[in-house]
Amino acid sequence: MELILVTLLNGLVYGMLLFMLASGLTLIFSMMGVLNFAHASMYMIGAYLAFQISQAIGFWPALIIAPALCGVIGAAIEMYGLRKAHRNGHVAELLFTFGIAFLIEKGVQMIWGLAPVPYRVPSALDFALFTIYGTNFHAYRGFMLLISMLMFLAIRLLLTRTRVGLIIQASLTNPEMVGALGHNVPRVFTTVFAGGSALAGLAGVIGGNYLVTEPAMAFTMGPIVFVVVVFGGLGSLAGCFIASLVMGLVQSFAVVFDVSLADLLARLGIVVTARTPLAEVLTVPLPRIAALLPFLLLVLILVFKPRGLMGTRDT
Amino acid sequence: MLGIFLRSLLACAAAALSALSAQAAETIKIAYTDPLSGPFAQVGVQNLQQMQYIIDYINAKGGALGRKLELVSFDNKSQPAEELIALKTITDQNIPVVMQCSGSNIAAALIDAIEKHNDRNPDNRVVYLNCGAVATELTNEKCSFWHFRFDAHVGMKAAMLVRALAPDEKKVYLLNQDYLFGQSVQRDVRTFLAKYRPDAQIVGDELIPLGKVKDFSPYISKIKASGAQALITGNWGPDMSLLIRAGMEAGIDVKYYTLYAHLGGGPTAIGPAGDGKVYAIQAFNENVAVETGNAELENWTREFRATHDFDFYGAGFRTIFEFIQAAFNKAGSTDPVKLAEALEGMTLTDMAGHQVTMRKDDHQLLSEYFAAVFAKGVKYDSEKTGLGWKTVTTAEGKDLAQPTTCQMRRPSS
Repeated sequence: MELILVTLLNGLVYGMLLFMLASGLTLIFSMMGVLNFAHASMYMIGAYLAFQISQAIGFWPALIIAPALCGVIGAAIEMYGLRKAHRNGHVAELLFTFGIAFLIEKGVQMIWGLAPVPYRVPSALDFALFTIYGTNFHAYRGFMLLISMLMFLAIRLLLTRTRVGLIIQASLTNPEMVGALGHNVPRVFTTVFAGGSALAGLAGVIGGNYLVTEPAMAFTMGPIVFVVVVFGGLGSLAGCFIASLVMGLVQSFAVVFDVSLADLLARLGIVVTARTPLAEVLTVPLPRIAALLPFLLLVLILVFKPRGLMGTRDT
Repeated sequence: MLGIFLRSLLACAAAALSALSAQAAETIKIAYTDPLSGPFAQVGVQNLQQMQYIIDYINAKGGALGRKLELVSFDNKSQPAEELIALKTITDQNIPVVMQCSGSNIAAALIDAIEKHNDRNPDNRVVYLNCGAVATELTNEKCSFWHFRFDAHVGMKAAMLVRALAPDEKKVYLLNQDYLFGQSVQRDVRTFLAKYRPDAQIVGDELIPLGKVKDFSPYISKIKASGAQALITGNWGPDMSLLIRAGMEAGIDVKYYTLYAHLGGGPTAIGPAGDGKVYAIQAFNENVAVETGNAELENWTREFRATHDFDFYGAGFRTIFEFIQAAFNKAGSTDPVKLAEALEGMTLTDMAGHQVTMRKDDHQLLSEYFAAVFAKGVKYDSEKTGLGWKTVTTAEGKDLAQPTTCQMRRPSS
C-alpha cells in the first residue's frame, strides 16, 4: 500500500512534467497539423535560458522571461521559415523542423558547452513539503504539479471559452472561411506556434533543474513527447493530459514491480527454464524494460485504435 | 647579385621556419579519448582538465626524453564506434599512447582493435593506458600486452566497498548500470558479500539502462520499500548524481556505498543533507594531504582548486603521467613496444607517498586506495558544498591485489 501510494505520486509528477512538454506540441502538432520535431529543442532552449537568467536575476523572473523568449523564437521560426515550408506539404515541414532541431542542438553546444550546466532548484523551494510513510515529498515537485495543473486549465479555458480560442479552432479546420470572415489566419498560426513554443519553454524552465540541463536533453525527451501526443489522440487536449499521466504512471510502476513474463507463465503452470525457446526474453524483469513500455503502448494503440485515446481527427 | 642575395635570404628564412616547426613537432603526443559531449561529458571534461594540469607539472619537471608531453583529446561520445574512429586518427598521426577512462564496453572494443592493429602494423603500434575503465574482465579474460590499467579494478573496489559496510548493516540493495561494468560490479559485490559478510542479505538487485533514467524517484521508493539499510552502486555520471539526489530529496534512511560519488556532480547532488551518509571508494581526495601531513601535496592540490571550479581527484592520472615519463626515459625512445616493456613491473612512489607497481602478469596497477565518507568539518570541501571527503580506511596496493587469470600474448618480435 505504502509503495503503491508513493509510486502513484512519483508517476503523477513525471506524468505532469510530460504533459507540460506535450501540451505545446498538442497545440502545434495535433491542432495545426505541423509535425514539429523541434519542439523538444524549445524545451531545451527554455531550460538553458532559465539557467542563464536565473544566474543573473534569479529563478522567478526566469520563469516568466524564458518562456516569453521561447515564444518569440517560435514566432520567428514560424513566420520566416515554417510558413514557406508549409506550402510544400508535410514532408517539407518535417524536414524543416528536423533541421531546426539539429541547428538548435549545435547552437546550444557552441554557446553553453557540451557538459551539463549547474541549473539548480531555487532555494525557496528546496525543502520537504510533507512526509508520506517516511518519504519526503519535495516542495519543488509540488510546485511542478501546481504549474502543470494551472497550465492545463489555462489552455483549456482559452481554447473553449474565449473568442481567441474559437477563432484558433475555426482557423485550424476551415482556414479559408475564417480568412473570408476577415480574420488574419497566418497571424493565428504564428500565435499558436509561438504559444506552443512558449509552453515548451516553460516546461524547460521547470524540468531543466528537476532533471538535467544538457545538450542531449532535447533528443532524449523528443520521442516520448510524440508518443504522448499520438497516444492521446490528435486534436484533443484532454487526451494528451490523460496520455501523459498514463505514461508517467506506467513507467513508475514498471520500475517497482519485479515481474517477468516467465512469472506470468508460471501462474499458468508453464515453467520457463534456460532451455525454453526465447528464455532470455521471457525472464527479463519488468524494471529493465520500463523505458520501452511507452513505445510498446504507442504501437498497440496505432494498431487497435489508430485515432488515439480521444482523437477527433486523422493526421 | 641582388637575386642571389634574395634567394639566400629566402633559403635562410625557410631553414629557420623548418627548424621552428621541427622543434614544435618534438613534443611527444599522448591521445586522450573520452566522452566530451553527451550525458557523460562532465566526467570527460573534468578528467581532461586534471590531465592538463598534471602535464604542465610534468613538463615543468623536464617532460620525457628532453621533450615536452602534449595532450591531444578526442570525443568518443560514449560510443565504441566513435572510439575506433578516434583510434584510426591516432594511429594515422603516429601517436604512441592512447588513454581512455570512461566505459568498460568502450575499453573492451579498444583493446580488441589495438590487438588487431598492432598485429597488422608492426611499425605503427600504439599502447593503451586505461585511466578508469574498471570491469574486472579487462585484466583477466580480456587482458592484452598493449593494455595497462592504472585504476583499481571492480573486484578490488568491491572488496573494499563490502569491507566498509558497518557490521549492523545487514540488508543490502544493489543498483548498477546495465552494461559490462555494472554487471561486473553486480557480480563482484555478490562474491565479496558472500565471502566477508555472509550475514548480510541482498534485498534487491537492479540493473538500469546506462544514462537513460532521468527520474530515479521510483527506484528510491522501491529501495525504501525493500527495507534496505545500505545501497551499493557502481553508477557514475548522471546515473550516480541523479540517483543520490532523488534519494536525498526523498530523505530515505539508507547509507550509500558508491564507487563514484566523489566524481563530477556527485558532491553537489548529495548536498548538506548527506552528512555522513555517503561513502566512496576513491584513489584520492584532497584531505588525504591534510590527514597525512603532506604539505607539498596540499600545496599542489590547493593550486588546482584556485584555478578550477571543482576539486582534484585524479591521483591515478598523475601516476599515469609519472609512469609515462619514467618509462619513456627508461626505454630511451617513444617506441610503443619499448614503452610497454619499460612499464611492465615498474614501481614508483606516487604523489601521496605510497609504493605503486604495474603488475607484469596482467598489467594491473597496484596502488593505494581510500574509503572515504562525505562529511562536515573537513579542511577541503567538495564542489563548494561545505562538506568534503574524510578518509575512513586506507589500503595499500599489495593488500588489494587479487589473483589474475590473464594469459598474456606477448609480441614475438
